[in-house]
Amino acid sequence: MAYVFFGYFAGVIALTAVLVVALRNPVYSALALLVMFFHVAGLYITLHAEFLFAVQLMVYAGAILIFYLFAVMFLTEKTPDRYHMQSWGSLLIGGAIIVEIAVLVGQHGVSFGSTVERTALSSPSEEGNTEAIGHLLYTSYLFPFEVASLILLVAMIGAIVLSKKDLSESPPS
Amino acid sequence: MTELGLRVAITLTQISVIVGIVIITVLLLTLAERKVLGWMQDRMGPMEVGPYGSLQPFADAIKLFFKEDIVPAGANKFLFTAAPLLALIPAFIGFAVIPWGPDLTWEFGGLSIKPFVISDINIGILYILAFASLGAYGIILGGWASNSKYSLLGGLRSAAQIISYELNVGLAIVGVLILSGSLSLVHITNAQAGGFWNWNAFAFPAPQIFALVVYVISTVAETNRVPFDLPEAESELVAGFFTEYSGLRFAFFYLAEYANMVLVSCVASAMFLGGWNAPYPGTLLSLIGLPSLAWIENTMWFAFKTYSFLFLFFWLRATLPRLRYDQLMRFGWKVLLPIALANIVVTSIAVFIAQQLK
Repeated sequence: MAYVFFGYFAGVIALTAVLVVALRNPVYSALALLVMFFHVAGLYITLHAEFLFAVQLMVYAGAILIFYLFAVMFLTEKTPDRYHMQSWGSLLIGGAIIVEIAVLVGQHGVSFGSTVERTALSSPSEEGNTEAIGHLLYTSYLFPFEVASLILLVAMIGAIVLSKKDLSESPPS
Repeated sequence: MTELGLRVAITLTQISVIVGIVIITVLLLTLAERKVLGWMQDRMGPMEVGPYGSLQPFADAIKLFFKEDIVPAGANKFLFTAAPLLALIPAFIGFAVIPWGPDLTWEFGGLSIKPFVISDINIGILYILAFASLGAYGIILGGWASNSKYSLLGGLRSAAQIISYELNVGLAIVGVLILSGSLSLVHITNAQAGGFWNWNAFAFPAPQIFALVVYVISTVAETNRVPFDLPEAESELVAGFFTEYSGLRFAFFYLAEYANMVLVSCVASAMFLGGWNAPYPGTLLSLIGLPSLAWIENTMWFAFKTYSFLFLFFWLRATLPRLRYDQLMRFGWKVLLPIALANIVVTSIAVFIAQQLK
């Protein structure tokens, strides 16, 4: 049963991920991305990670993708063809990545199935999913967690500085 | 297999009962809003259809049902059709985790069912927030697919507004989560039993009254209601994102807006005002010897609290003028957000000290 669900979610994720780059209308691309986010969230449910399911929907589908749509609706009316051109260099890089993936799958292809099974069938912990994540974040992974939040803070300050170009020129009012 | 079939049948019954209740509530609200606004402005409201205009919602529904269904020239037909559904589904899906009455378990055909909540999942409130945040897609895509500048601007405004105020909604309820230590709405409501002094809005050691105010203001903004109804500001944008909509599709947007109002009111009463708990310990019906009927009293209290919040929505609409867009953004980010953050800090410290003193 778990395999059926995994197969469905993984199949739709792969299909919509291709559609995101293949569709010509950027709004349709964004919608394909929305469907993909939904199915990634569904994958979290099959792994008993309900908290991640909600966060996936809230953060990616509910906030980030809306901003994508926002930008797409404002920008693409004027320059539709600019994003549809591909250079030959991308073929080279893409080919290199495909060879890499083929090598990796060739090496680990046998153990791949067992990894999926182990993760999918792991029993949920005694305490709730949310408590478990909170506990892990503030004990075992405290340092990476704090580093990540620091990096996000720097990015936030950077965005504010970039959007306020006249910060030094304008006199304080 | 029969057990599975029975369970599916029971769940489907629960779902249809709750969807029915919500739709009836929406019908009542459309009438109540016009009546309340009328009385507040010293006029009668609808009076023609039925006694005192009581059949007006049905007249409106029949009118919308038989209206011509227009798709504007140059509109994206697929998204134009999908957008009302994308707005409607997230509005209804959240009701699955709302506890309408006491946390009872009834035996039915060898199965134990919880009659007053469809699904008690352990991420209850996060589930509601996750799907509420998807409601913006219906609005933004409806605006874009209409191929009209007014609709597009209305949709974009609404998306920006919903994202900004969603953050405040999420932060306002964090204080409640700290107090009750659970994300499940059933647990949160159960923890508030035994009198109004146990409700999260007034509870020791950190009353969430400020969080309640932030929550209510933010949800008014999130449901695009006056005074935050900039996405559909008549004087600037004709009717905002549903300018081009007519007939049933318009009705879907309308239904979604009102269902969202009912949903946020249910969440407010469950999270802050004790949900189905009466403001006194226990219930009056069990005091006079009818404990098996106490659930009637409890569900009535839940309905009363929810309808009080809905009345507040109408009251605000009759009282306040619309904000300007920059005022709306400044208010959300510079006033409500700091209050919500300060509330989290104060609540955490208070709960920590209370735990140490215990």
